[in-house]
Amino acid sequence: MSSKRPALPRRGTARLDPIIAEALDARNTTPLTLGAFAALTRDRARTLGARALVFVLTLGASMLCALPFLLLSGADLGVTARAFFIGSLGSQFALAETLVQMIPLLIAGLAVAFSFHGGLFNIGVEGQLIFGGLVAGVIGAKLDVSPALLTFLCLSGGIAGGAFAALIPALLKAYRGVHEVVTTIMINFVAVYVALYAVSPKGPFVSASQPSATDKIPRDARLSVIWEGTRLHSGLIVAVAAMIGVWWLLYRTPLGFRIRLMGANPGAALASGVSVARMTNSTLLISGGLGGLAGAVQVLGVYGRFFDAFSAGYGYDAIAVALLAALSPIAMIVSAFFFAMLDSGAVQMQAVAGISREMVGVVSGLVVAFVAIQPAIVHLSGRIQRGNRPPEADPSSTQSLPLASGENR
Amino acid sequence: MSLEPPLCPAAIRLTGIDKRFGAVHANRAIDLTVQSGSIHGLLGENGAGKSTLMKILFGMIHADAGMIEIDGAPVTFRSSAEALGAGIGMVQQHFSLIGAFSVTENLIMGRATGSLAMRMVRRLDLPRAARRAQELSDCFGFGIDPFARVSTLSVGARQKVEILKALWGGARTLVLDEPTAALSPPEAEELYALLDRLRAEGTTIVLISHKMPEIMRLCDRVTVLRDGAVVGEAELSGKDLARPAVRQLIEAHLVQMMIGRGNPELPQRAPKEGPLILDVRGLTDGVQFGPLDLKVHGSEIVAVVGVEGNGQSELVDLLMGLRKATDGLIAIDGHNVIDWSTQRRLDAGIAHIAEDRHATGVADGMSLIDNASIGFVDGKPFSTGPWFLSLRQRRLLTETLIERHQVRPPAADIPMASLSGGNQQKLVVGRELARAPRLLIAAQPTRGLDVGSTSAVHRALLDLRAGGSAILLPSLDLAEVFAIADRLVVLRKGQIVGRMTAAQFEIDQIGRWMSGSQGDPAPGPPCPDAPKQMDTAL
Amino acid sequence: MSEFITLSLFASTLHLSVPVILPMLGGLLCERSGVVNIGLEGMMLSGAFGAVVFSYLTGNPWLGLGGAVLSGLISGGMLAIMSVLLRGDQVISSTAINLIGAGLTAALVPIIWGIDGTTPSVPKIPTLPLPLLPQLPVIGPLLGELSMIDVLAFALVFIVWWVLMRTDVGLRLRACGESAAAADAAGIAVTRVRIAAVILSGVLAALGGAYLSIVTLDLFQASMTQGRGFLALAAMVFGKWRVGPAFLVCLGFGLADAVALRAQIFTDELPHDLLFALPYLLALVALATFVGRASGPADVGKPFRRA
Repeated sequence: MSSKRPALPRRGTARLDPIIAEALDARNTTPLTLGAFAALTRDRARTLGARALVFVLTLGASMLCALPFLLLSGADLGVTARAFFIGSLGSQFALAETLVQMIPLLIAGLAVAFSFHGGLFNIGVEGQLIFGGLVAGVIGAKLDVSPALLTFLCLSGGIAGGAFAALIPALLKAYRGVHEVVTTIMINFVAVYVALYAVSPKGPFVSASQPSATDKIPRDARLSVIWEGTRLHSGLIVAVAAMIGVWWLLYRTPLGFRIRLMGANPGAALASGVSVARMTNSTLLISGGLGGLAGAVQVLGVYGRFFDAFSAGYGYDAIAVALLAALSPIAMIVSAFFFAMLDSGAVQMQAVAGISREMVGVVSGLVVAFVAIQPAIVHLSGRIQRGNRPPEADPSSTQSLPLASGENR
Repeated sequence: MSLEPPLCPAAIRLTGIDKRFGAVHANRAIDLTVQSGSIHGLLGENGAGKSTLMKILFGMIHADAGMIEIDGAPVTFRSSAEALGAGIGMVQQHFSLIGAFSVTENLIMGRATGSLAMRMVRRLDLPRAARRAQELSDCFGFGIDPFARVSTLSVGARQKVEILKALWGGARTLVLDEPTAALSPPEAEELYALLDRLRAEGTTIVLISHKMPEIMRLCDRVTVLRDGAVVGEAELSGKDLARPAVRQLIEAHLVQMMIGRGNPELPQRAPKEGPLILDVRGLTDGVQFGPLDLKVHGSEIVAVVGVEGNGQSELVDLLMGLRKATDGLIAIDGHNVIDWSTQRRLDAGIAHIAEDRHATGVADGMSLIDNASIGFVDGKPFSTGPWFLSLRQRRLLTETLIERHQVRPPAADIPMASLSGGNQQKLVVGRELARAPRLLIAAQPTRGLDVGSTSAVHRALLDLRAGGSAILLPSLDLAEVFAIADRLVVLRKGQIVGRMTAAQFEIDQIGRWMSGSQGDPAPGPPCPDAPKQMDTAL
Repeated sequence: MSEFITLSLFASTLHLSVPVILPMLGGLLCERSGVVNIGLEGMMLSGAFGAVVFSYLTGNPWLGLGGAVLSGLISGGMLAIMSVLLRGDQVISSTAINLIGAGLTAALVPIIWGIDGTTPSVPKIPTLPLPLLPQLPVIGPLLGELSMIDVLAFALVFIVWWVLMRTDVGLRLRACGESAAAADAAGIAVTRVRIAAVILSGVLAALGGAYLSIVTLDLFQASMTQGRGFLALAAMVFGKWRVGPAFLVCLGFGLADAVALRAQIFTDELPHDLLFALPYLLALVALATFVGRASGPADVGKPFRRA
């Protein structure tokens, strides 16, 4: 009787009950009716509308909370607002500067969001960005190859540098259960001092002509300017490509599914055959690589060399960028653009209204705070709408972020 | 026929208690009177509203309407602390002990009185508290070491610590929520003796249970709940009750009230004999599990029963590759999978309905589509390599499962958390069946489900059996085992101590095996297992 | 080498470890009550800033300490509202505290003093020598390097240990961290205990910041805490959430810092910048060589809601 041993499924085919497979085929051939399509579109529009509302409310609340401090500095609100818009959007040059600021914020935001999707808090994007920038700067200054190859090597080196910075936290998390928050933050500080050392007077990579920086990268190997007369460089294309790539990876590949599943429920991931240790490594390394890419693009596109203070805290603002976009890679272009406006507008606001650039950091923090309490706000407003009766469904269902946080997994 | 003179105020009187959770009407105008110094049973199936009622009494949740009287005086408890203060102690179904603390620390936590400043400065006198705990323990025969760390105690001992804790707080009324759910029969018997002794000392006890023998053994009076309402009461301590015939009559009547219907018709199943699918030999994790031999054939449901924590989870984890085996072999259709990853085992045709759905079965925050595609992200038609995973095919799969298993609401894009437990489980069962499993491990597949979902799950399992698959059913619910299993094995301390076929099912024998009152984990009775096929290539 | 390892090395070890010890105590109380707090860095910064502002406005450095306590109450209160009352994600909430703490203090410096970055000098806490003790043999000279403030800081270590491990209040607090549900069932007001613990952690971290700004130095500088709040967190994890071991780890960080500082004075051979990374590398190595898996209180990170 046991001679009838059923074969294992063919490679490349999911193991699926033939009855279900047939039902799938039947549905596959049924064309989407106009009504169904309309319903689907309506649903999507509604979700999109709800997300946009959350986005605007979070932003509005944060700005409102930052307002008292603007007033404290004695600034005229009208003047400040004017300065902000002129500084960020008021001219071709201003718009280009905003876009330049957006590039590292977008890529670093993707790095943060990617790890959050896997349920991991990579707070070390700043350090990964510094490592990535350093590696890119050193390769660009030291290697003598054709410009196109050099660009490629610099970007890849940046990614590798960022991934390297994430390696120790990844291994510690995957195999020792050490919470990644502590370790990635440690790496941030290590990165700062390593970068300081690398281009210090006695450092190995310091330029002979310029203190605290590496030698210049050959002009042809840098990211070219794509808007004549401004600083806007082809890093924008890299950033948008990274954005689409991250979206695809998360939502349209098996790897991305596994990472999201691990973020939503590591137990379920483990039970369905996902190696959580391996996924932890993959997630943090990819996230770190993105962070490194942000640094490399900044070095190659804006400064043309690495110098010790080249990051204006992009890795920290990226946390706000990612959370404001509710971790959606596509929505992140909006939140990154907004924070870029703050960054470029801040220059003008400082000059005209005397407002410190540091207010950007305050707004970041407030955005993160409001995202943190979002579930509670949604819960409360739902209660008020229902006439203060307890909720029917679990209120945690309103939380869109895959953060089964806290536990050491 | 009350034990107390009617003039004496009842220890507890609940009047018109009403509570809704959204659409669920958990308690419907419940009246309940508990005489002091008696054991009062609260009988009902899962979800009948027993626990909700007692949580209301204990101040943990607040009733929408109704009144509570303690010793004749109306009270309102805003918190469990106030209930404790009024002399009510509650032993939860899920223990509320802290594993990292000692027994004594668990007893005294939150008890100290006095000003905040004093409590911040003064040293806790643990030795004195431990002495007192020892005295109390000795007085009632608890046999508990006050210095033991709770995480090192057995389940039975923890149950006693819970009771000790309630008494420590000066409780005159104890509410016990399914106290024997996780106990072996001898542990349960010890507990019954303890409760008898407490009653003799004048403690009032409310016993929440759905076990008839327990109710009959202990209670003076019983109230039956169904669907959140009181459906009947009965006196169990009269003279007539001594007569077995009367007892049986009352017992049958109570069961009738509790389930509201006769025993469910079992679908007639013709015994079939399929090929050997799962062959486990000498399986051990080198710690507390095994070595264990087990065979499951096609068209066969083999139940794994035993007191919780005797190796059921270990068996499932070892079979799924979630726990490392140090020795032995696991053959699926003749392939030895012992060194295979979980992924490969799934591919080889093992499917798994997880025991704890929220921990390992589903991802609450993800959509139905994502939940339905767990384990379906490799290979056509869902993915065509590492760089493409089709949303459309996953959506079609989800819609197919929703339709075939009547998941409500029928929407693929909503988060899993917005479904009821029963509907979540239907989707999980559908997902696992869609793998066309050779072997399905269904670990407690109906735990916590309502009647309708339970029968839907049972039907699905029987269909799979009819299709020739092998099913392993680790279950704590003997009624479920009797209803659908062809055979059962009893696990104790990680070993099989007894085997039975459906025709031989007998609850007393199973109970003795489970409790270990019949010898040690040894060969057991003649093994009706694995008649002839030994020709499996390995 | 003998001039390198001197009494003053030990003294500066103690001085440098105080601003890690205080936030470590705060973080430990917070996490033992069941709330993850990675916002110690932001709380320290706001404490350092509050101290300088109050010292500047009143001219009295002791009132500066009051300012630190006040800002600790505010930052701790904010975190308590977000993570305990509103049950927001604890890691995200405390990240917000870090960002706001760093941003707001840096932004307020130019508003108050009209200059960016570093404030002018403000009155600092005077070094009060200890009475009598320096006359003791052997350890006397070492004690002579310490001021009353240092001694108070070290006394806090003992006080926190005593309250946490030996009193009823500590037992309640630990119960909330091990199992909020069990604590609730025992009649402990979990939410209230956690709020108190979070606010207290804010105050302790703020005092750590004030130690830097008006005891060690006499000014505030943007990001002057240099990640000490995170080192405190690492010390707590490596000390397995126990006061004594975590205290020793803090002393280790202080020693690493002191060595780096002295190396800068004594030699030009060593790369100073890398030496300053020493405490952070040490923390990483410590976490990597951890014996067993790192696990905190069982219920840490889980917001509490009654079922």
